[in-house]
Amino acid sequence: MSLLSESHMKPLTRNIGLKRRYRAEKRFRAYGLIAICTGIFFLGALLWSIFSHGYSAFWQTSITLPVRLDAAVIDPQNRRDKNPQVLITANYPILIRNALSEKLSIAPDDHVGLRQVNRMFSSGVRVQLRKMVFDNPQLIGTTQTVTVLAAADIDSAVKGQINLAVPETKRKVSDRQVEWIHELAADGSLYKAFNTGLFTFAASSRPETSGLGAALIGSIYMILIVLALSLPIGVAAAIYLEEYARKNRFTDLIEININNLAAVPSIVFGLLGLAIFINFFGLPRSASLVGGLVLALMTLPTIIITTRSALRAVPSSIRSAALGLGASKIQMLFQHVLPLAAPGILTGTIISLARALGETAPLLLIGMVAFVANYPRTPMDPATALPVQIYMWASEAERAFVERTSGAIIVLLMFLAVMNIAAVLLRRRFEQP
Amino acid sequence: MDSKLKIKMRGLDVKVFYGGKGALHGITLDILENKVIALIGPSGCGKSTFLRCLNRMNDTIEGALVTGRILLDEEDIYDPSVDVVELRARVGMVFQKPNPFPKSIYENVAYGPRIHGLAKSRTELDEIVEQSLIKAGLFNEVKDRLHDVGTSLSGGQQQRLCIARAIAVSPEVILMDEPCSALDPIATAKIEELIDDLRRNYTIAIVTHSMQQAARVSQFTAMFHLGNLVEVGATDTIFTSPQEQRTQDYITGRFG
Amino acid sequence: MSVSGVILIVLVFGGAGFFLSRARARAIEAHGAKMHSRPHYYGCWTCLLIVLPSLLFLFFWNIGVNIYAERQTLAHISYAAGGDIERSDSYAPLQRILGQKGIASTRQSENYMVQGGIELAAGIKNLRQAGAFAALLLSVIGFLAGFWGTKAKKRARNRVERVTLWGLIVASTFAILTTMGIVLSMLFQTISFFRSVPLSNFFLGTVWDPRFSVMALEGMLGRFGLIPLLAGTLYIAFVAMLFAVPIGLFAAVYMAEYATPRMRGIIKPLLEILAGIPTIVYGFFALVAVGPFLRDLSASITGGQGFIMAQSVLTAGLVMGIMLTPFVSSLSDDIITAVPRSLRDGSLGLGATQSETIKRVVLPAALPGIVAALLLTASRAIGETMIVVLAAGVAASLTLNPFEAMTTITVKIVNQLTGDLEFNSPQTLVAFALGMTLFVLTLFMNIFALYIVRKYQEHYE
Repeated sequence: MSLLSESHMKPLTRNIGLKRRYRAEKRFRAYGLIAICTGIFFLGALLWSIFSHGYSAFWQTSITLPVRLDAAVIDPQNRRDKNPQVLITANYPILIRNALSEKLSIAPDDHVGLRQVNRMFSSGVRVQLRKMVFDNPQLIGTTQTVTVLAAADIDSAVKGQINLAVPETKRKVSDRQVEWIHELAADGSLYKAFNTGLFTFAASSRPETSGLGAALIGSIYMILIVLALSLPIGVAAAIYLEEYARKNRFTDLIEININNLAAVPSIVFGLLGLAIFINFFGLPRSASLVGGLVLALMTLPTIIITTRSALRAVPSSIRSAALGLGASKIQMLFQHVLPLAAPGILTGTIISLARALGETAPLLLIGMVAFVANYPRTPMDPATALPVQIYMWASEAERAFVERTSGAIIVLLMFLAVMNIAAVLLRRRFEQP
Repeated sequence: MDSKLKIKMRGLDVKVFYGGKGALHGITLDILENKVIALIGPSGCGKSTFLRCLNRMNDTIEGALVTGRILLDEEDIYDPSVDVVELRARVGMVFQKPNPFPKSIYENVAYGPRIHGLAKSRTELDEIVEQSLIKAGLFNEVKDRLHDVGTSLSGGQQQRLCIARAIAVSPEVILMDEPCSALDPIATAKIEELIDDLRRNYTIAIVTHSMQQAARVSQFTAMFHLGNLVEVGATDTIFTSPQEQRTQDYITGRFG
Repeated sequence: MSVSGVILIVLVFGGAGFFLSRARARAIEAHGAKMHSRPHYYGCWTCLLIVLPSLLFLFFWNIGVNIYAERQTLAHISYAAGGDIERSDSYAPLQRILGQKGIASTRQSENYMVQGGIELAAGIKNLRQAGAFAALLLSVIGFLAGFWGTKAKKRARNRVERVTLWGLIVASTFAILTTMGIVLSMLFQTISFFRSVPLSNFFLGTVWDPRFSVMALEGMLGRFGLIPLLAGTLYIAFVAMLFAVPIGLFAAVYMAEYATPRMRGIIKPLLEILAGIPTIVYGFFALVAVGPFLRDLSASITGGQGFIMAQSVLTAGLVMGIMLTPFVSSLSDDIITAVPRSLRDGSLGLGATQSETIKRVVLPAALPGIVAALLLTASRAIGETMIVVLAAGVAASLTLNPFEAMTTITVKIVNQLTGDLEFNSPQTLVAFALGMTLFVLTLFMNIFALYIVRKYQEHYE
């Protein structure tokens, strides 16, 4: 038995191209890794782009200063007892301008300066002071400490988003204004605070006074409607198809239908909503009710599909056991099978709701691209939705709106993250026996 | 054991762990050239695990760990310098369930020669395919439909196709993991006949559940139990006068 | 009394009926009678009797009233206008009903319309009141029938279960109803669109310019050419697939065949995040990041004017490709892992390397499933809206240059239907014709994909 027997030599004489084949193997593996890295790179780029643009939206520059509610400005002819209208039409921004120019010691005849002072604060102060004075006319003539929002450009400047190296004429903030910002910031009357307005304000043409309030309410209405409609109907349909329906042409048709509906472009559902709910049933345009109905129809197929697979996962021994004890089929389903399938159904439902929350296209067609300045009080009122608000802000040109849009996207993504994490936790919790 | 026979493969204290749990507890076993050795034993005794060590198919299983040495022509196949692709080209394998690829009969057999670049021309490849099919005793049945899908054959034919596929690479050793367990008696008989024919050119190790099959096809038999090698010897001896009580019990059907 | 008020009353009443009937059943049981069903089934039965007929009636009554209103208004207007208005214009009057609710009004309103509107509103109000009253009456009758019918021998459980079963059946038809709703709603509008615009103008036209001014110039025909929109849609989808398919497939192969469970556990959720991000976010990303980046990149290459426009086929396609990657990868991953292990073993046992096994055995075996997955992905690319609305542009041009802007069917649907609508004009109706085209296009792709999947499943069962 020699070591170099003929059979030992055999592999050496047989060339099976190992080098080349291992190079190909390495290449192939590298392609896979590159593909995954590309995907993750884009995820990173997307999130980074959104967060770097948007995190500053959660802070808002405000100015706190003593304001004399001068009767000579608000109600020069002293008619407010007879005619409350004067309190509505009064020129409130002047009060702030005076207070601010006094603080910055600007001469009353420096008209250019005064105009620039005027552009320091948001013109939303008109509404703010009007409400303050209207609610409590006693304040007229007194001096109150008032916190007002800085104008969008000033806000951008404070956040460092305006390039001061650009010549003064080509940027939106003048050198004097920059000086004032430093002066006010030094004594603490100009500062950045958490931007509650982002969550409470409704639509506005000024970036600093526009917020997601109305959109959030609209989205909540719609999600509740989707939940109330598509969960029961979807579960019922899934139970019928999975547990009762015999396999025949009709159920086959339903099955193909459901699978197809799950893949129909969302915008087509918008056309359906417009033609059926608005034109045929005469429901109001822009209402969250219509939006909810459309999204419910969209979510239905997904819920049916996930519920069916959850039902299929329930072991048949449970069914036999229940039937064997004399339960009727309905009792067996509702008392034994459904509770066991519930975690799966809920997980699927939460994920579909998250998808519905981010859906935009169909809502555009049913008129939810509306300028909604007031909170919708019922689902029949004109409303807008979180993703639609993002769309509308995305179409605005101003820098401050880019920031708001990114901020709104962060809010939306947070909602989605919470929902998806909830779904994952739910699944984990029930997967462990 | 007979000293004029050449040892083709040899396992030395082979231990296998699956995820930390021991599945084989130190097997030392010789496999002789141009003989059929049958590995028998009750389910879960480690006979298939040992077989899969012989061409390192255990590498594909997550968390499997093999220790000890396995020699093929005196060379340790678990040595880092040994290439697993080359090893498997020398030690082919036929599986429990027939697993033809979803390709034509021709392509199934040509697969191995193609990836290893064994044929230099189309005619050479045709030759290899034909020879392999002839050796597997399948050629006459399929010569008119070489381009039909492999899965269109019957179970027994599929298994013989898998054997032809293994032969086409011209391996030195063929491992068979219960090749007849999914087949009917007639197909089984054909495969057994084939194994006997193949013995002339190849060394064969076959895992089987059936004592009769072991007796019919093998010259040597190794009895496994609970991850240990109980007894090994010439098949006649094992079946007529086993040395171990456990072998006796298994052969007579007291457990299994 | 408002509709929602009536619904609320009926529901409260139904709840009361449940408790009363259950109490009655319990009382009978306490007297020693052997009840057929448990008491709460009697409660349920009464509740169903109260709620179901009444709400069903209310629903159909209100639909009827709406249809009646539309007919009446139409009759009124065609009478006043000298019978010139055709049936196809029936949406204009509907708009008046919307107007009464304080929503968008017609462009031109005439005096006769006001009078008609007032009369009609009064009539409809009366009809609705009558309906509400009848619904309440029905629920009272239901309560009496249910409550007095609570007797020991009544098979309440069987009845409740039969109604439940019917409920399940009705629920399962919703999918069909939705499809029918989609088809019918679009079909009618599409037909009325083709009454004013010839088929050839739409399907063969190469110019898209549906403005009113153009319509006047062209003698009421306008330019409703589908070709540039379809070309843009397919081009952008093609670019997106060009990007998503290799990345998605290779990622799937790597995850299924090479990655350790630990690595897979990290990568898979990360890619799934990409799938969970709403498309509006991708659109915004394209608008503020990718578009300007590509424009600046091309500008720095040429050193002057960039050759890539910020809104371009490339921008939209690239971002859509990112969005589609996780779809391709997760669908393909499922399909690749479904290929039986025995095939891999067979190939590896012959001495094939892992990549040879994947390329020559696993992928060919998974091919039908992968093709189906790609079809579904392509259908999603064609129907995608928000990314193209923000990133592709609105110019309906026919070009092969991927650096220029093109527009898509979905963009034009959004353009034609946002803002002030006038329902009977071809400008609005064309959106439905476009929607129909989109629906039919994706329907074929989906059905074909589903067909392949089904055949493929049978193959392995």
